[in-house]
Amino acid sequence: MTEAIPRIPLDEWTRSVVDWMTNADFIFDSIEQVISWVLQGLYWGMDLIPALLFIAILTAVTYFFAGRKIGLSAFVFFGLLLIVNLGFWDDMITMLSLILSATILSIVIGVPIGIWMAKSSTVEAIVKPILDFMQTMPAFVYLIPAVAFFGIGMEPGVIASVIFGMPPTIRLTNLGIREVSTEAIEAADAFGSTGAQKLFKVQLPMAKTTIMAGVNQTIMLSLSMVVIASMIGADGLGDIVYTAVGRNDVGSGFEAGLAIVVVAIILDRLTAGFGLRKRKS
Amino acid sequence: MSKIKVENLTKVFGKKPNRALSLLSENKSKAEILEKTGLTVGVNKASFEVQDGEIFVIMGLSGSGKSTLVRLLNRLIEPTQGSVYLNGNDLATVDQKTLRNIRRKDMSMVFQKFGLFPFRSILSNVEYGLEIQGVEKKQRTEKAMESLKLVGLVGYEDKYPDELSGGMQQRVGLARAFANDSDVLLMDEAFSALDPLIRKDMQDELLDLQETMKKTIIFITHDLDEALRIGDRITIMKDGKIVQIGTPEDILTNPADDYVEKFVEDVDRSKVYTASNVMMRPETVQPEREGPRVALQRMRENGISSIFAVKRNRELIGIVDASDVRKLVDEKQDDLTSAIKRDALKVVEMDTPVHDVIELTAETSYPIAVLEDGKLRGIIIRSSILAALSGKEVNLDD
Ligand SMILES: Nc1ncnc2c1ncn2[C@@H]1O[C@H](COP(=O)(O)OP(=O)(O)OP(=O)(O)O)[C@@H](O)[C@H]1O
Ligand SMILES: [Mg+2]
Repeated sequence: MTEAIPRIPLDEWTRSVVDWMTNADFIFDSIEQVISWVLQGLYWGMDLIPALLFIAILTAVTYFFAGRKIGLSAFVFFGLLLIVNLGFWDDMITMLSLILSATILSIVIGVPIGIWMAKSSTVEAIVKPILDFMQTMPAFVYLIPAVAFFGIGMEPGVIASVIFGMPPTIRLTNLGIREVSTEAIEAADAFGSTGAQKLFKVQLPMAKTTIMAGVNQTIMLSLSMVVIASMIGADGLGDIVYTAVGRNDVGSGFEAGLAIVVVAIILDRLTAGFGLRKRKS
Repeated sequence: MSKIKVENLTKVFGKKPNRALSLLSENKSKAEILEKTGLTVGVNKASFEVQDGEIFVIMGLSGSGKSTLVRLLNRLIEPTQGSVYLNGNDLATVDQKTLRNIRRKDMSMVFQKFGLFPFRSILSNVEYGLEIQGVEKKQRTEKAMESLKLVGLVGYEDKYPDELSGGMQQRVGLARAFANDSDVLLMDEAFSALDPLIRKDMQDELLDLQETMKKTIIFITHDLDEALRIGDRITIMKDGKIVQIGTPEDILTNPADDYVEKFVEDVDRSKVYTASNVMMRPETVQPEREGPRVALQRMRENGISSIFAVKRNRELIGIVDASDVRKLVDEKQDDLTSAIKRDALKVVEMDTPVHDVIELTAETSYPIAVLEDGKLRGIIIRSSILAALSGKEVNLDD
């Protein structure tokens, strides 16, 4: 009787799970490596530019590409000067490379997922609740898997920011593509576009404004993660705030907080401005 | 061979559309099927052929399935049943790649709401069809400019769609379709969004272009006047079904049922009817062999005060008045010729629109002669026109 049922090969299963984990470990390592390259590349690039030149460039970019608003350009100029004056420039660059890394990864991962959702209602039905879950979960919770898989430092900070910040990019990419008028889609089809031509020549350009709104939100969410990320060893302005809280040092906490707000406003206005810029004129 | 042939084409919207097919073959109505199965019948067993170079108009009330039908032709909507043949090839069986090529080269579409790409300039909108075929920039710009010229939009190529009026945007849509040089144009209510004046201009423009381009055009409209103006043949749809296919005249003079009749009720018939529709059989004399006495006798018999004089082969010579003929009889003359008048007579051709005939009736007191190759085929008097315009007494034969 017992001979009839073959023995359940638990040992074999365990071995393959362990094998898989070893492989997975390799995957986590390479993810970390990629993130680290992005981070260092960004930091290196931004650090290369002298602070004053950096400020001048950013002010010019603000003026010419975000609607020629003098007030906003002045804010960028003086806000960044204030950060230099407070001695936070290097920390600001560190924080910025964290935020931008998280944003770039969110776009690279989030936009394709958003496109996939827009193309398939099944995928949309599956991904939407996951996004809701990701956004309702307290941001702190993301630190746990980040640390578990990647240890401490900047990289897990980026990972936590991506998980926390990516949903708006996914959502609004999906929304933006779904919003493209049926007439435009029909026109693209009726002239014999391939799927890729339709996507790149019609859907994405028409969804651009909406997608940029998502990216803008993603940047803001990543920014709100910088203080939290510093709890697992991310450097930058967030770390100064975190340390100040630990030491009950209201003064430097306020200074660093103010610097973060300045960066936040600049990033927000700039990306919002890019999103609205309709066409090359 | 016909350019497009549609056989038994059916589209049912909804899940498991096959449920509706057996009901359709039992001749159940669209409403019954909706009630029983929750499925919407878009097009119900449509069959027709469109000839090369023809303007084929599809009309019907809102929801009758016109848009669905035209989208079945280029498979923007997949048919539930039936087939579409383009140049004899069954489109249902072709693979995606061939279908794309057909859409690129053989069929272009113009949309009711234009379907322009707002972020592209007018030029690059018109270029789109060529761009996705991989045509070189220089070549496609050339082609696009040519096509913009055709629709009279040169000078606007760098503008964006939202900077143009509705009529101009529609012409961009036309230009985009023309740029592809395809033989078949599918136009879904292409002019419906335009105001009446521009719309009439566009119709004229389309007819002018058609003179030179000789495309096969499937034109959808829910406006009968438009259909009559531009259609070589007209199809009338109701609840997804084709109720009648015919020339504009067929539709007007011979409506298949009450639905079609309702449609044609308020057309200005004078624009559609021709002289041949309202003419009567003429009374004639042949001066070559008949004299004044015969002429007078014939007028008396028919109670008329003048009679047409023709040669033996019915070639029109002129008209004679009863009073003049009586004089000849009194003078005991045998020849009618001296009494024949030609100048006072108005003549029209068989296909002269009744609209133009009406104007002539005011200029003469004689009946109007309808000629074909100079031969008298019929006459028109005022009262027969009025009878025809009120929808009665029309010549349906011929
Ligand atoms: N995508 C769709 N899904 C479900 N039903 C549809 C769909 N498209 C059309 N229908 C239905 O098919 C029928 C025919 O619609 P269609 O759009 O072809 O009508 P139409 O004659 O073009 O009307 P209109 O003059 O308003 O444009 C309607 O009952 C409509 O509700
Ligand atoms: Mg329609």
